[in-house]
Amino acid sequence: MPAASSNAALRVTGLRKAYQDVVAVNGLDLEVRAGECFGLLGPNGAGKTTTVEICEGLTVPDSGEVELLGMHWSSEAEQLRQRLGIQLQDTQLSEKLTVHETLRLFRSFFDQGPGADEAIALVQLEEKKNSRVGNLSGGQKQRLALACALVGDPDFLFLDEPTTGLDPQARRQLWDLIEQFKSSGRTILLTTHYMDEAERLCERVAIMDNGKQIALGTPRELIASICAEHLVAFSAGAKSQSLDLPALRKISGVRDVRSEKGTVEMQVTELHLAVPALLAELTRQNIPLTELSTHSATLEDVFVSLTGRHLRDE
Amino acid sequence: MSETTAIPEIRARAAEKKSPRGKTFAEHALVQLTIVRFLETLREPEALFWIFAFPILLAAGLGLAFRNKPAEVLKIAATSRAITQSLQREKLLAVQQMDSHDAEEALRTGKIALLAVPGENGAVTYRYDDTNPEGRTARMLADRAVQQAAGRVDPVHASDEILREPGSRYIDFLIPGLIGMNLMGSAIWGMGFTVVDARRKKLLKRLVATPMPKPYFLLAYLLSRILMLVLEVGIVLGFGAWIFHVPVRGSLLSLAAVCLIGSLAFSALGLLLASRARTIEAASGLMNAVMLPMWIASGVFFSAQRFPDVVQPIIKALPLTAAIDALRANMLQGANLVQLGPQMGVLAVWMIVSFVLALKLFRWR
Repeated sequence: MPAASSNAALRVTGLRKAYQDVVAVNGLDLEVRAGECFGLLGPNGAGKTTTVEICEGLTVPDSGEVELLGMHWSSEAEQLRQRLGIQLQDTQLSEKLTVHETLRLFRSFFDQGPGADEAIALVQLEEKKNSRVGNLSGGQKQRLALACALVGDPDFLFLDEPTTGLDPQARRQLWDLIEQFKSSGRTILLTTHYMDEAERLCERVAIMDNGKQIALGTPRELIASICAEHLVAFSAGAKSQSLDLPALRKISGVRDVRSEKGTVEMQVTELHLAVPALLAELTRQNIPLTELSTHSATLEDVFVSLTGRHLRDE
Repeated sequence: MSETTAIPEIRARAAEKKSPRGKTFAEHALVQLTIVRFLETLREPEALFWIFAFPILLAAGLGLAFRNKPAEVLKIAATSRAITQSLQREKLLAVQQMDSHDAEEALRTGKIALLAVPGENGAVTYRYDDTNPEGRTARMLADRAVQQAAGRVDPVHASDEILREPGSRYIDFLIPGLIGMNLMGSAIWGMGFTVVDARRKKLLKRLVATPMPKPYFLLAYLLSRILMLVLEVGIVLGFGAWIFHVPVRGSLLSLAAVCLIGSLAFSALGLLLASRARTIEAASGLMNAVMLPMWIASGVFFSAQRFPDVVQPIIKALPLTAAIDALRANMLQGANLVQLGPQMGVLAVWMIVSFVLALKLFRWR
């Protein structure tokens, strides 16, 4: 084993996968370091799930190479399976089985790992132990799916959109569980289209769009890369047509201005200087404000600044 | 990143952890898969109805409808008093005297099977429908009574000894047919629906993502079918034996062997039918298309011999025909396994061919 790879739990090079007429993954390189939580971000259809399923050995790539925990799917699939914890996007576990029966089943596939009861405690489902899966809430089902991924005591955990469709409280609960697992030093690859999830859980993130990686770094680095710490958005109502945008760009501390459907978004470095200047400029142009808001820059803003699109264009 | 673990360390940890303390029997993946499969079936009330209640209801209903009644007394009429009196000697005839208008009416509407009308010089004319078996029987009985009343003496003295033996009734024919039908239905539906449902819900894909040995999954289906088999055959057979005294003349062991190979053949066929379908609708159409011809042609409710000779080889090659023929031969004629060889062979071929094809075609996602 070359020394260079000793710290990479997952190394993906030149990955390519096309379905009929869609190229899902188009020449992707990734490296996930041992012990980190790595986030794969992107909108729906960016190729996240295809990438993850290739890494999980469920899909065969058209070309490219995957090295996972120093092993390869072609030669060491069986050993690899024992070492992985996998949570797939929208798997429905058998509704007629209880939580305990489900975990006992999954535990039976692995050589070692926590027992069913221990796994139930791990995801705090003790009081639902004997409930049928069909009677669980969405959050409880996701926690059960996580427990199914943990029963083999995995060294590498794949989580494909673990909190999609959950209410905020259930999401936070799941985040706590994932953080607990992280603290035990294991490696996680997480896909999500929630930027707050990635910011909270991931050491490093790669942003994917159209099957390619378009950015890579820690959440902080990525946010810093758009050279703006704050976002200011305002709306000028009916008068927005007569707005002089170039004049706004000249305000000191403003990096970028874009206008969309009557709302103007400005990337700003020094909020305390930019906002008074903005108000003065609007007064000069004789434009009344109907709405004004500011927030700290997020990964969502990184995605918008890179692609010009929002992550979830509903 | 103080928690960073290098890969060599992970591999070392994996090796160290891999000193399994050894699993108990109940912790084995195959045992767990079989238990889970069995529990899922038991927790499906609709499936339980079709497997257990339906064949019993069918057997009870058909058994009642086609039960053998004591030889029926035929209703006939005569228009003269003398003939009526002669006919009353025959115990199997219920004779009524009617005027000719009423009698004609009764004959036309099927209320009587035969009408005896006096002719000239003491002659008798029988009016009846010769395409109606009851009419023909009534003609024979009535004529015998009339001739004997007129003084005919039979040259040979004959007496009757009545035997009504289990084994030759319709219910005896029906119960093996229902067992065969049940073997097919529960195996094909049981396999088909659950496999396709698990594929649709991506549960198959999730299982493939674990280290579960794939053959275990399919094997567990077959094992849990064998568990169900004991229950489903036992209940129908027990019901037939208890309520209708349906005989089991062959050995129970060869009966079990027939049921086992039959169920495995149908399970393999079910697996094949479910090997690619992604929706319940597609699978269900396919399963019905395969099963319907067998329900009709394989002799569940009436003998398959009724079909033309040309198609007999095809009918004999169907797995349900083989299963039902073997069950009937065992239960009604006491055939042993050697005599059941041809049917067992047909079932074995279906089992092997279907299973091999299913493994080749099976889609896990």
